[in-house]
Amino acid sequence: MNPANNEPVAVVGIGQTEHAAARRDVSIAGLVREAALRALADAELTWSDIDAVVIGKAPDFFEGVMMPELYLADALGAVGKPLMRVHTAGSVGGSTALVAANLVASRVQRTVLTVAFEKQSESNAMWGLSLPVPFQQPLLAGAGGFFAPHVRAYIRRTGAPEHVGSLVAYKDRRNALKNPSAHLHEHGITLEKVQSSPMLWDPIRYSETCPSSDGACAMVLTGRRGAARAPRPPAWVHGGAMRSEPTLFAGKDFVSPRAGRDCAADVYRQAGITDPRREIDVAELYVPFSWYEPMWLENLGFAAEGEGWKLTVSGATELDGDLPVNPSGGVLSTNPIGASGMLRFAEAALQVCGRAGAHQVDGARRALGHAYGGGAQFFSMWLVGAEPPAG
Amino acid sequence: MSEILTAPLVVEFPFTRSLGPVQSAFLTGLRERVVLGVRTTDGRVLVPPVEYDPRTADEIRELVEVGATGTVTTWAWNPAPRPRQPLATPFAWVLVTLDGADTALLHALDAPGPDAVRTGMRVRVRWAAERTGAITDIACFEPHESGGAGPATPHTGVFADPVTGITTPARLDYTYAPGRAQSRHLAALARHTTIGERCPACRRVYVPPRGACPTCGVATGEQVEVGPRGTVTTYCVVNIKARNAAIDVPYVYAHIALDGADLALHGRIAGIPCDQVRMGLRVEPVWTEGARHPDHYRPTGEPDAAYDTYKELL
Repeated sequence: MNPANNEPVAVVGIGQTEHAAARRDVSIAGLVREAALRALADAELTWSDIDAVVIGKAPDFFEGVMMPELYLADALGAVGKPLMRVHTAGSVGGSTALVAANLVASRVQRTVLTVAFEKQSESNAMWGLSLPVPFQQPLLAGAGGFFAPHVRAYIRRTGAPEHVGSLVAYKDRRNALKNPSAHLHEHGITLEKVQSSPMLWDPIRYSETCPSSDGACAMVLTGRRGAARAPRPPAWVHGGAMRSEPTLFAGKDFVSPRAGRDCAADVYRQAGITDPRREIDVAELYVPFSWYEPMWLENLGFAAEGEGWKLTVSGATELDGDLPVNPSGGVLSTNPIGASGMLRFAEAALQVCGRAGAHQVDGARRALGHAYGGGAQFFSMWLVGAEPPAG
Repeated sequence: MSEILTAPLVVEFPFTRSLGPVQSAFLTGLRERVVLGVRTTDGRVLVPPVEYDPRTADEIRELVEVGATGTVTTWAWNPAPRPRQPLATPFAWVLVTLDGADTALLHALDAPGPDAVRTGMRVRVRWAAERTGAITDIACFEPHESGGAGPATPHTGVFADPVTGITTPARLDYTYAPGRAQSRHLAALARHTTIGERCPACRRVYVPPRGACPTCGVATGEQVEVGPRGTVTTYCVVNIKARNAAIDVPYVYAHIALDGADLALHGRIAGIPCDQVRMGLRVEPVWTEGARHPDHYRPTGEPDAAYDTYKELL
């Protein structure tokens, strides 16, 4: 996106479902509908105001729904309108929002509804991630086992003390207590409870891992004219980018993937950010395992290489710190996989609108939403602000 | 040219579905030999019913009962039924507009041959003897001469002991071919040797080889024997047993850079207590009779590798 030439993009409606381990009260159609209706109501718009719908979810095997865009057209009021599906593994919620934003920025569509979801209870994501491929050695450890060696590599590279992961988990779970939509509400959580939870994939403990959730998130994006009619000041998109790289290649840096660094640099360039640590007020980062907070703080340029954990230890990323990270409780507290990225983008938008409720960061004017997926191979990010972009 | 391998790959899972109010009423109705539709905002009756009006996007909840008789609107003959299709003998796929409905339902028609099927023919539901609240509660349709039944009648959709969720088993049958590079690699593994392939551009050695370098985008033809020894570059201790995993916990899952390889592969470390495994540990493969891959890797007893020698291979 290039703010100089394109239509400025405003987030005028935001909705999310109640998230839970199993939403047996609704069908998949009912689930996405719940989020979409809340976003429309938030924008004070109706289905007829929507020109196109962009939907995303994680890989097909997660629920066995191969064409959600076909199946869910009725529920999303998409009949007679362009409807498309985006597909970038765990980062898909972010990518989906960016595809929708690009339709508005390019003036292809005026007002776009974007929705992302996962109903993890209808399947088993661990199974979906470990299909047996003939002739290959089976993956030995599942998702946590896949990422745990990279956490150990981070600890070795930076000399981070071993309790950093527990500090992040303790923070995010406490933040979730202030977010009524969050899946996990662990009343009575203490640092000691986190640190005494079972070690699943050493160095990752149980309380340092994300839950499995059912949920959906939706946003209404529009241009300058739509924003002028919005019931309240919107969040404005100042920059957005996606990057990808292979899952495995010689020279891949799993601790700080180049695609993540390049994606952030592109977003900052678009938004005119030169010092993210100082110029960004709050970040919603995709942290499915707690140690990824310090890892992403470095990857995204909030801290120098090897220094991310010091930011966490200093308390800067706490809700009352000077760079709050995941005030919503983050992926560690709510993980409907396909929606998790869009929840990061939506929470960033809520923050700059001053509408995040009990987990609002005082005076937030610029916020980063971040998502990643696959074997750290897809990245999507946007930077939103309270003011329209310059130019 | 080595032999190109293929093998069957079956992907199979019993997905579940929460039905929501409309599908719950529809499937529970079938169990009770009642076919329900839903009335749209403009008065049409949709069978099977949906939760949201396809034209207006309104939530629609006005359920109606339609007839168990109807008219074929179009059809296709299926001469060779596949496993788990509604009938084991040749049958017609039909779209049937049930009496009182405005849309057609897809199902099977039991007919002796394609000559016995025509658009406009009258049919009726043949109910399954055992009904559970599923579309298969309609065993199939069968020819039945009758006049049209009356219009749809209002129905509460309320039944005792409603079905709220179903299981929908899905199965995909593939033939998997790993390709030339992996086939060569697998042939070498059978001799208990490991070969990689070197990229002609960046000179890096890929193990297992993929036939192309993902960074340079060029074919990798030059074969290079690597290992058998290697270095543990990073690892985790797995304390939670994965479903269907044959290995007892705890065990060490490690990234192992075989000597001469430019990226690590994944393997299990044994022959040493879990808490003594470390980054830099030197290991070698342990083969078991008949296995395609090393069973695990064990310490060689060499001094640990210096961090600088493997820090780019984590």
